[in-house]
Amino acid sequence: MGKVWVVAEQREGKLKKVTFEMVTLARQIGGEVEGVVIGKDVKGLASELGEYGVGKVYVADHPDLEQYTTAKYTRVLAELINKEKPEVVLIANSAQGRDFAPRTAQRVGAGQVSDITGYEEGVFVRPIYAGKAYTKVGATSHPLIVTVRPNVFSAAEKTGGQAAIEEVAVSFMPEDLKAIVKEVVKQVSGRPELTEADIIVSGGRGMKGPENFKLLEDLADVLGAAVGASRAAVDAGWREHRYQVGQTGKTVSPSLYIAVGISGAIQHLAGMGSSKVIVAINKDPEANIFKVADYGIVGDLFEIVPLLTEEFKKLLKS
Amino acid sequence: MKLVVLLKQTFDTEAKIVLKDGKIDDSGVTLIINPYDEFAVEEALRIKEKLGQGEVVVVSAGSDRAQEALRQALAMGADRAVLVKTDGLQLDEMVVAEVLAKVLQQMEYDLILAGWRAIDDSSAQVGVRVAEILGLPQINLVTKLEVGEGKITGHREIEGGTEVVEVPLPALVTAQRGLNEPRYPSMKGIMQAKKKELKVINAADLGVNATPKVEIKEIFLPKGKQAGKIFTDEPAVAVAKLVKALREEAKVI
Ligand SMILES: Cc1cc2nc3c(=O)[nH]c(=O)nc-3n(C[C@H](O)[C@H](O)[C@H](O)COP(=O)(O)OP(=O)(O)OC[C@H]3O[C@@H](n4cnc5c(N)ncnc54)[C@H](O)[C@@H]3O)c2cc1C
Repeated sequence: MGKVWVVAEQREGKLKKVTFEMVTLARQIGGEVEGVVIGKDVKGLASELGEYGVGKVYVADHPDLEQYTTAKYTRVLAELINKEKPEVVLIANSAQGRDFAPRTAQRVGAGQVSDITGYEEGVFVRPIYAGKAYTKVGATSHPLIVTVRPNVFSAAEKTGGQAAIEEVAVSFMPEDLKAIVKEVVKQVSGRPELTEADIIVSGGRGMKGPENFKLLEDLADVLGAAVGASRAAVDAGWREHRYQVGQTGKTVSPSLYIAVGISGAIQHLAGMGSSKVIVAINKDPEANIFKVADYGIVGDLFEIVPLLTEEFKKLLKS
Repeated sequence: MKLVVLLKQTFDTEAKIVLKDGKIDDSGVTLIINPYDEFAVEEALRIKEKLGQGEVVVVSAGSDRAQEALRQALAMGADRAVLVKTDGLQLDEMVVAEVLAKVLQQMEYDLILAGWRAIDDSSAQVGVRVAEILGLPQINLVTKLEVGEGKITGHREIEGGTEVVEVPLPALVTAQRGLNEPRYPSMKGIMQAKKKELKVINAADLGVNATPKVEIKEIFLPKGKQAGKIFTDEPAVAVAKLVKALREEAKVI
């Protein structure tokens, strides 16, 4: 195995957790683990990666890279791949990674394995048909681009160490600068992002109305959790689309997923089936969600959820 | 305005997955338009309706059976359709993109729309790869689209927010849920669809020389899950037991 690259994902000068998860995967793959950091004023992040045992880090630091665009990231990464010839390039399967990974793959003539959830001796494991089946995919040529589902691999621990830092010359073509980011609207929420959250509390049609999501928000606040929703709750207009979990919503893999008043339709399971521990709260003992739940309570959510919030409060305070 | 929609036929979302000789068996499975591609078709129709002129062409790479999906898009209101038959070809996402791009190069387009992923293989690559081959700017995961003079503006979903991106035309956008609610074909639409052009091309005749870069070594079904612990005690007791189990057994709290 030659070089295995971890393309760091950073936001506002901080490395995202998925970056460290990719370091873990890169070590499993073997070979020389190297990092790539792209952005503006990001040299500090490169040395940070070194503390996690990454031997060498390529840094593309340029004022024009402050704002992400597909074309700029593709330009930088594709040129670097062509020059340095890594064997495997790991990119986060985030909104950003999903956007420039296939573009880069196409430019360098590489195959891509998307949204992987496992690795076994040279092959990458990924769900297809919304988790109803899995495939093991291997490369027939290199480089290979791999996008990695967040929250699946454990984050690498600090090992100490210092990375050799190589600065990469960055220059753009006129067509790289044609896309203009007019505005970035941030959701102001103290809660974690669904796809990154360690704990998710999700509500369905059983919540009966938008006002009752307050119950789930209270629970989420105690747990530091994100709040998701089923499509029924979204279609009813109780939550925004961006919070929908499922086949036509977000794919999540938290360590704990609490499904409240959700029946567990196949399309919902498609988005949360890879959660490590699933808890269901539903008044219908026959609900499908109990078939995938590790723990469940059969009962009225309006009674159970406030009690649950209180119980967690007690536990987490003590 | 010339609008082209890339469309894939996929398994119905309820379909049960059965393996036969190590492959996914599609016999007896209901097939549908990939739901994200349906958003793309709907958006193209709305753009045409809003501008009061233009053409919507739907293009699919797949087997003969994909004609059903194309006919359905025609019934929704698309003007004509192209099927590129890929039977017998060794495919991966790159090869499919090369095939589609080859067909698109023979067409006129101002805007190409696609779903951001197909719900079967969920690779989320083909649309973006096509944009790269054709040298078009892209806006991925669009939840709102505005067409301007020689440019488009897309609202795209990012973690923790929305990004508003403007690119010049021609361009490619991929659709995300939230963009619109796809219409159902009307009776009149279904009747008209029968008379619309559906051109069938063999991918083998297109002269694509890309070869697959990845290979599926194995397909397997997930292990069935063990039955979980269901607490049926009175609420306060059940809740206490659950929290205890999450802390001491599952160790997730
Ligand atoms: C193409 C397609 C794509 C789809 N994509 C998605 C998707 O991405 N995500 C998704 O979620 N769905 C999706 N669906 C929809 C899916 O099939 C279901 O309709 C949906 O998930 C149902 O949502 P629900 O479980 O909240 O509602 P319901 O099925 O109505 O279930 C509500 C549940 O709440 C329980 N309940 C009611 N009151 C109480 C109470 N007081 N206390 C406790 N429990 C209570 C009921 O017992 C019931 O089990 C899709 C469907 C299609 C056709």
